[in-house]
Amino acid sequence: MSTATFERGYAAFKEQIDSPIAAFFNSCVHCGMCAEACLFYTETGDPKYTPIHKLEPLRKVWYQEYTLLGRLTSLLGLTERLTDADLAEWKHLIYDSCTLCGRCSVVCPVGNDLVYMIRKAREGMVAAGHSPEGQIGAAKRAVIIGSPMGVQFVTLQAQIKHAEKTTGLTIPIDQTGVEFLVVLSSMEIINYPEYLEAIAKIMHQADKTWTLCSSAFEATNTGIQIGSSDIARQLVNRIVEAAENLRVKTVISPECGHAYTVLRWEGPNLIGRPYRFKVRHIIEVLDEFRAGGKLKTEGFEEARLTFHDPCQLVRRGGVIEQPRKLLGMVARNFVEMEDAGKMNWCCGGGGGVSAIDEAEELRTKVFNRKKIQLEKLKVDTLVTACANCRIILEEGLEAYEMDLPVVGLTEMIAEHLVEDK
Amino acid sequence: MSDKTIGDSLREQGISRRGFLKFCATTASLLALPPAMIPQIAYALENTPRQSVIWLSFQECTGCTESLTRSHAPTIEGLIFDHISLDYHHTLQAAAGSAAERAREEAMKKNHGKYLLIVDGSIPTGNPGYSTIAGISNLDMLKEVAAGAAAIVAIGTCAAFGGLPKAAPNPTGAMSVSDLITDKPIINVPGCPPIPIVMTAVIAHFITFGKLPQLDNLNRPMAFYGQNIHDRCYRRPFYEKGLFANTFDDEGAKKGWCLYKLGCKGPTTYNACATTKWNDGVSFPIESGHGCLGCSEPQFWDGGSFYKPLSVPTIKVHDVMAYTAIAGAAVGLTVGGLNAMKKTNAVKQHETVTIDDLERK
Amino acid sequence: MMSAVDFLAWVRGPMFNIALIIFIFGVIVRLLEMLLIGRKPDYSEARESAFAGGVRTIFRRFMPADTGTLQRSTTVIFAGYVFHIGFFIVLLLFVPHILLIKDTLGIQWAGLPTPIIDAATVMTLLALLVLLINRLVNPILRFLSTFQDYLIWLLVFLPVLTGYMAFHHFIQPYQLVLALHILSVELLMIVFPFTKLMHTFTLFFARWYNGAIAGRKGVKA
Repeated sequence: MSTATFERGYAAFKEQIDSPIAAFFNSCVHCGMCAEACLFYTETGDPKYTPIHKLEPLRKVWYQEYTLLGRLTSLLGLTERLTDADLAEWKHLIYDSCTLCGRCSVVCPVGNDLVYMIRKAREGMVAAGHSPEGQIGAAKRAVIIGSPMGVQFVTLQAQIKHAEKTTGLTIPIDQTGVEFLVVLSSMEIINYPEYLEAIAKIMHQADKTWTLCSSAFEATNTGIQIGSSDIARQLVNRIVEAAENLRVKTVISPECGHAYTVLRWEGPNLIGRPYRFKVRHIIEVLDEFRAGGKLKTEGFEEARLTFHDPCQLVRRGGVIEQPRKLLGMVARNFVEMEDAGKMNWCCGGGGGVSAIDEAEELRTKVFNRKKIQLEKLKVDTLVTACANCRIILEEGLEAYEMDLPVVGLTEMIAEHLVEDK
Repeated sequence: MSDKTIGDSLREQGISRRGFLKFCATTASLLALPPAMIPQIAYALENTPRQSVIWLSFQECTGCTESLTRSHAPTIEGLIFDHISLDYHHTLQAAAGSAAERAREEAMKKNHGKYLLIVDGSIPTGNPGYSTIAGISNLDMLKEVAAGAAAIVAIGTCAAFGGLPKAAPNPTGAMSVSDLITDKPIINVPGCPPIPIVMTAVIAHFITFGKLPQLDNLNRPMAFYGQNIHDRCYRRPFYEKGLFANTFDDEGAKKGWCLYKLGCKGPTTYNACATTKWNDGVSFPIESGHGCLGCSEPQFWDGGSFYKPLSVPTIKVHDVMAYTAIAGAAVGLTVGGLNAMKKTNAVKQHETVTIDDLERK
Repeated sequence: MMSAVDFLAWVRGPMFNIALIIFIFGVIVRLLEMLLIGRKPDYSEARESAFAGGVRTIFRRFMPADTGTLQRSTTVIFAGYVFHIGFFIVLLLFVPHILLIKDTLGIQWAGLPTPIIDAATVMTLLALLVLLINRLVNPILRFLSTFQDYLIWLLVFLPVLTGYMAFHHFIQPYQLVLALHILSVELLMIVFPFTKLMHTFTLFFARWYNGAIAGRKGVKA
C-alpha cells in the first residue's frame, strides 16, 4: 500500500525545480519587499510570513541538487539538509498563510514569481504527507464523490428543477454540439443557486446554446489547491472529456478564481496537450455578449457599490477591465477600492486556505486589510466574481461585525436583463 | 683630503657671505626645514671639515653621474660637489688602476667610521664575474667599503631598488644596496636618474646634522619623495575634468591635457619632478608631453607597459578570457546537462499521487 | 613582508588573472546550470504574447509596482536606487575604470569629471550604510538576512570605500591603497558567481520568466 513519505516529497521537489525556479532563487537579494506585499505579513507583522522564506525547503533542494557549489558542499556534508521536521514546520507557511494571491510576484524587484514556486513547493509537501487535513478531505471527496463539498449530481438536479421553475426556462443537460458547456462550483450549487438561474436567463436572452454535464458539473479543483498535479489532472480530465465528447466550443468557468486558473491556464499542461475547445470565465463571456450587443439591461443599481477583484481573475488571470465594463451597464454609483485591479488585496481565503480549519483564526485576522479598505469606501454593496471570495468576504464581514451584502456580478447582471426582448 | 672647511673653500673661491647664506636658505627650503634652521646650516657648513666621500659604481649606466655633473654653474649642487672631498669615483677621478684603488683604501683608513659611501648601480649576486673593479667583485667591494662608512647613500634606482638590471628575469641576480647591507644607515635617492639637487641637499643635510633626513617607508627623503607626481602635476586639473590626451599627437596632447590614458604613472610615483623639475627648472617629462614612467619606484621596469594606463591589468587578459569562457562553457554544459538529466529522471521516476497516499500510514 | 609595490604588481597581474578566471568561469557555469534544467512547454491558449510580456517585465521591474509598494518599502527602494545608480556611475563612468573595460572588452565610452564621480561615491557609500542599518533594524530584513547577506554587503562596500580612499590618498603610499582597492574588487569578482551577486545577470531571466508567464495571461507584471 503506497503512502506519503519524506523521500517521495524530496523527489517531488526535485522534479518540480526548473529553469525559472533556479533563476528566481539565484536572483533573490533578500530585500524583503515581498513581505510588504503579503497580506499575512502586513496584517500580523510576523516576518516568518515573508513569501521568500516560505520557500526555504524548495530553495534547499535547489541549492543541493542543482547548483555547482551546493552539490560540492553537500558532498562534503557542509550544507544543511532538508529534513522532515522542516517540512512539518513549513506546512503552516506553505498552506495556511499563502492564498496564492500573487501580490509578491508582481512586486518583486528582481522579478521572482513566488506564487509559481509556492504552487510547485506544494507538490513536494503533498508527496511528503504534509498537506493540511482539510484539503486532504476535500480532495478525497472531490475524487470519490465528485465534489469537494460532497455535492452529487442528484443535488444539482434538485437545483436545476428549482431554477427551471423560477425562470420558466429549460436547463439543458448533456446536450452535444452546443456552443457552451457551463461548469459550476459546488459553492454555487449549495450557497448561491441564483447563479444557475442567472446563466439560464442570460443564455436565453443572448440566444446561445449551452448545456450542463452530468459527469462534469464541478469546476473546482482541490488538486491544484493541495498542490497535486496528479489529482488535479484526474479532476480536470472529467471536464476535458465531457467538453470534447459533447463537442462544445467553449467551456465557461464559473465565478470561482482557482477554477478559472485550473481550467484556463493549468489544465492543458496537466493533460499535456492543448484543448480542443476554449475556456472563458463567465465574466469574459458576459463582456463578449455585451460587446456584441447580446446583453441588454435596464435600470441601475442605486446603491453605492464596489468590486472585489478575485486574485486569480486579475493578477493571475488577466480579466481586469471586463467586470468594470459590465458594472458600468448596471451601476451608477460604482467606486473603486484602493489598489483595485492588478494590485488588489486577497480576501484571505484563496488557494485552498478556506478549506483549512487550523488557518481560520489567521484568515480572519488578515481580513483586517479588506475591512479597512471597505470602511474607507463606505459602500452599501460589495460585488465580486468568485464564489470562494464571496463566502470568505461574508465570513469576514460577519467576524468584524460589518453589515454589507455581497453579490455575485453575474447575478447582478441577470437581475437587470430586459425581459422578453 | 684637506682639513679646510666648506666655508674656507667657498671664501677662497670669492663667494660672498651673502651668497653663502642664500645657499643655506635654499638648502633649508629644499629640505622643508624651518627658516630658523638656516643659521645652523650655515654654521655647520662653515665649520665642518670637508666631508670625505667614496663613490662606488656597480652595474650602472653612468646616467646618475652624468645627471649630477650636468648641473648649471653656479648651482647649489655644484657648490656642494666642489666642496666635498670626493676621494674615490672611478669615472671622475684622474687617477687610474692601482693608484685609484690606493686612494680608496687610504680614504677608508683615514676616515674610518666617518666617510660617506655613495653607491650607484646594482650589485650582481649571481656570477661575481658579471661586474668587477680592479679584480674585486662588486659585492666584496661594497661589503668592504660599507663596513667603515658612517652612512650610505644609494643613488639611482639601480642602487636603491635594483633598477633595470634587476628587471625580470634578472640574469645577473642583481640586488640593491639595502638588500645586502643591513647594519648601516642607508638613504635611497632613486630615479633614473635622480634629480641632482636632491642628492646635494641630502649631503648638505648629512653634513649639517650628522644624520640622515626624515625618510619614507622606502628610505627615501620625505622632503623630495613625500608626494606623488600626480598630486603636484600641473596637468592634474585636466584629470579632474575628465580631459585626456588619447594619442601623443591629438588635440588633447596639443592642449596639454592629462596623460593618464597614455600610461602616465604619476599617481604611483613619489618624486619631486613636478615641483623641482629638471635642467635648472626648465621642464620635466610630463611637461614635455610624455607620461611619467615611475622611474623612482621599485620594479618600475616590470610594472606593466609604460603606455598602458595604471588601472589596466599588467597581464594580457584576452587569451585568458577566451580560454576561460571555453572552459566555462564546457563545464557549464556538462553541469547543466547533468541537471537536465537529474530533472528528467526525477520526472520519469515520478510516483503518481492518489488520494490514498496523501497521508502517512 | 610584501612591499606595497609588490602588492600592487600582484593584484594587477596574477591575482587579477585568478579573479578573472573564477569570475568568467563561474558566471558561465552558473548560467548554464540554471538554463539547462529546462522547463515544460505551456499548452494553454495564450491571451497575449508571452514574449512581449517577458520583455515588458524586464523593463517594468526597474520601477516599483505601485505607489503602495513605494510607501511600504520606501527605505529599501530609495536607498536601493541610490546605491545601484551610484555604483554604476562610479563603476562605468570613472575614466580609469573605462580604460580597464577598454583593455579587457575593447569597448569604451566617455567618462565623467572626477568631482561627479566623487559625489556619486559618497552617495553610494551613504546608501550602503542606510541599507545595512535597515537590514539590522527592519524586522523582516533582520529575520531574512544570512551570513551571506552581510558578507556581500561588506564585499560591495569595500571596493567603493577603498576607491574613495585611493582617490583621496587616505593611505600612503598610494600603491598600497590602490592595491587594496583592486584586491577588494577581485574578492568581489571571486565570490560573485557563487552568491546572490549573480542577480546582476539572473534577474533578467527571472523577470523574463515572470513576465512571460503573466504576459501569456494578459497581465502586465
